[in-house]
Amino acid sequence: MTDLFSINIVVLLASLISASTPILLAATGELVAERAGVLNLGVEGMMITGAACGFIVSVHTGSPAIGFIAAAAGGTAMSALFALLTQCALANHVASGLALTLFGLGLSALLGQGYVGVKPPPTGNLELPILSDLPVLGPALFSQDIVSYLALALVIAVWLALARSRSGLILRAVGENHNAAHALGYRVVRVRVLAILFGGGCAGLGGAYISLIRVPQWTDGMTAGAGWIALAIVVFSSWKAGRVLLGAWLFGGITVLQLNLQAAGIAIPVEYLSMSPYLITILVLVILSADNSNAPASLGRIFHAPR
Amino acid sequence: MLLSLSGISRRFPGVVANDDVSMNVAEGEIHALIGENGAGKSTLVKIVYGLVKPDSGSMKIDGEHYAPLGPTEARAAGIGMVFQHFSLFDALTVTDNIALGMDNPPPMRKLSVRTRELSKNYGLPLDSGKIAGALSAGERQRVEIVKCLLQNPRILIMDEPTSVLTPQETKTLFKTLRKLAESGVAILYISHKLKEIRALCDRATILRGGRNVGSCVPSEASIGDMAEMMVGSSLKSPVKKSRNRGKVVLEVDNLCSDADSAFGIALKQVSFKVGAGEILGIGGVAGNGQEELLAALSGETKVESNTIRLKNEPIGHLDPDARRILGLLAAPADRMGHAAAPNMTLVDNAVLTGNRRERLSSRGFINWDASSQFCQRIINAFDVRTPGTWNTAGSLSGGNLQKFVIGREILQKPDILAVNQPTWGVDAAAAAAIRQALIDLARNGSAVICISQDLDELIEISDRFGTLNRGELSDIRKTESLSTSEIGLMMGGAHGVDVAHAPA
Repeated sequence: MTDLFSINIVVLLASLISASTPILLAATGELVAERAGVLNLGVEGMMITGAACGFIVSVHTGSPAIGFIAAAAGGTAMSALFALLTQCALANHVASGLALTLFGLGLSALLGQGYVGVKPPPTGNLELPILSDLPVLGPALFSQDIVSYLALALVIAVWLALARSRSGLILRAVGENHNAAHALGYRVVRVRVLAILFGGGCAGLGGAYISLIRVPQWTDGMTAGAGWIALAIVVFSSWKAGRVLLGAWLFGGITVLQLNLQAAGIAIPVEYLSMSPYLITILVLVILSADNSNAPASLGRIFHAPR
Repeated sequence: MLLSLSGISRRFPGVVANDDVSMNVAEGEIHALIGENGAGKSTLVKIVYGLVKPDSGSMKIDGEHYAPLGPTEARAAGIGMVFQHFSLFDALTVTDNIALGMDNPPPMRKLSVRTRELSKNYGLPLDSGKIAGALSAGERQRVEIVKCLLQNPRILIMDEPTSVLTPQETKTLFKTLRKLAESGVAILYISHKLKEIRALCDRATILRGGRNVGSCVPSEASIGDMAEMMVGSSLKSPVKKSRNRGKVVLEVDNLCSDADSAFGIALKQVSFKVGAGEILGIGGVAGNGQEELLAALSGETKVESNTIRLKNEPIGHLDPDARRILGLLAAPADRMGHAAAPNMTLVDNAVLTGNRRERLSSRGFINWDASSQFCQRIINAFDVRTPGTWNTAGSLSGGNLQKFVIGREILQKPDILAVNQPTWGVDAAAAAAIRQALIDLARNGSAVICISQDLDELIEISDRFGTLNRGELSDIRKTESLSTSEIGLMMGGAHGVDVAHAPA
């Protein structure tokens, strides 16, 4: 029986933010890497490794905070491997990224053996004083877990840094034309390695958000393609931070909505509902990116310092 | 002395780029550094700018030891450089680009104010909010110059600054450079265009094979002398013999085409005939429909079939390969990426246009033996300097690749060959070889259409001459019958002078 009125808007909005946080984190990290000219297809691998590291450490320490730090460290370590391959050994970005994803999936399954069915320590919600007392908006937007707020702050910080700061300008310059940046005396490899590590840390956090807050438990391959959708969001958002946020919310929102529709027993086959977030997010972003979607010109190209 | 180099040497695997080079540059001096492609000019200035470290030798600025670890230190020491291939970021704005070129840029608002002042003082108009990718070559160069000037350099290095500029832009640039020199800035000016150097520079140092082979005062030396010092032997200028115009090979009748891009020029009722054994020169400033005319001739843009007739057969509707089979070959202006694929080998590039006429493939399979023989023939016949046929086109120097691209078409024995800017950015010796090859081709009975903005070149090789201004072709006249002032008048239309009202 269909009962659309059973869907509570407040709960829907609240869970929208929580559903979009993992992709938002991963996509923001990847955005920075791609703006520096690095195409890291290993987002999924870094996320799942972060998810496993975060889960294990927080189970042993009993602290979700330390778990998240460990997750960021795990993701960063994976990305360091990618940086070593692509920036020092000058390996192909696409091949290295795919290898990183496969490696991450395997490594996390190995690490996670024996943690299936274990409950992680809960992460409390951060009720913002006054704001969380607002009717409707209060419970929907202002009583989330702290990581969701951090993710939001991170997107804004990245947007500001890319658009306004000198380091952001240098990063964009490196991604745009690495030869010219080198000729001007900027350290192309250093900028890129830092961008890769930042991307890895963000992906790790995103992964841990799934295993510690959203699900929260450990199963193999639990990121279930979130890393890939983060990659797609970066591309279809035309490498703009604001649109990354929009894409992540859209994806999170439709994911939550379709789950609610399933629960409400609407007469659409479950398979269609399940694929709808992917389809609609990509579709909307494709339409948006039709204006002028210029990829960073050096994206995925290997930089070999002329000597 | 402001800058002095002594005993600078730098080796790369297989090449000695600089061998014991010493030279001095004084304050307020415009000092030319001349030499053929590959003579070591660029390496030498890269050493001065800190991009390349010398193997041995030392540099001094104001008598103090100077050994930059990188461009940042070079800029701190008062050295600015405008690169040959501009180092701009296409997706960023002019102001962003300028900020990137400075080590301690002021806040953006102050920067744009200073940029505006400076560009006014030196007559370098700039639109600071524009995206660099949308600028013309001349505008891009202005950005580069302003970027350097904002840091108050004492020495400004210009690497082949005019190779991408129109004559008007060149004139403006020279004015700016003279103004700078008057204010005490030393300018190190790299070029192989001897005429420009005679007009602009106070002194010249000549490099050959990485060595300093002498210096001179350009205004007192003849172009021939300087060219000889550059090349190391006397320069052969092409021999032209008067030829008889044979049967009409190609007839262009009322050719019109739309502008292919926002910045393109539409061709307006272009008509001409070319006969066997004749070279038709088409002059005019680049960007007045030259690209479009070559594209229409080669078949890259298709036009109404009857507007182009090859031996009385309409071919306007045919694609380039079909035209090749019929005997019409073409070599576009941009050798990297248009005439040749830079990342493919010379053999691959030879097959790309020579496939049909040289029968380099059968049943869809490429015959690599025949292809590499064809490629080797081009290399031998046109003295293309490359380690082998399997090197990529992009690894060749500009002049060598240009010889390859032109040679590839000539060896296919075209009935008619259309070339656009055949000697653009090519050194004197290679340019002379290419011109001679075009003359020889015509002497053997082919028709040649040579589109070029180098007037001297056209006067030297062409039998008949016309100019292309804003997509319109002037009357075509016998080259011998034209005086320099008449040619100037024909060119005039391109700069906004109405030819019809000019005094005859």
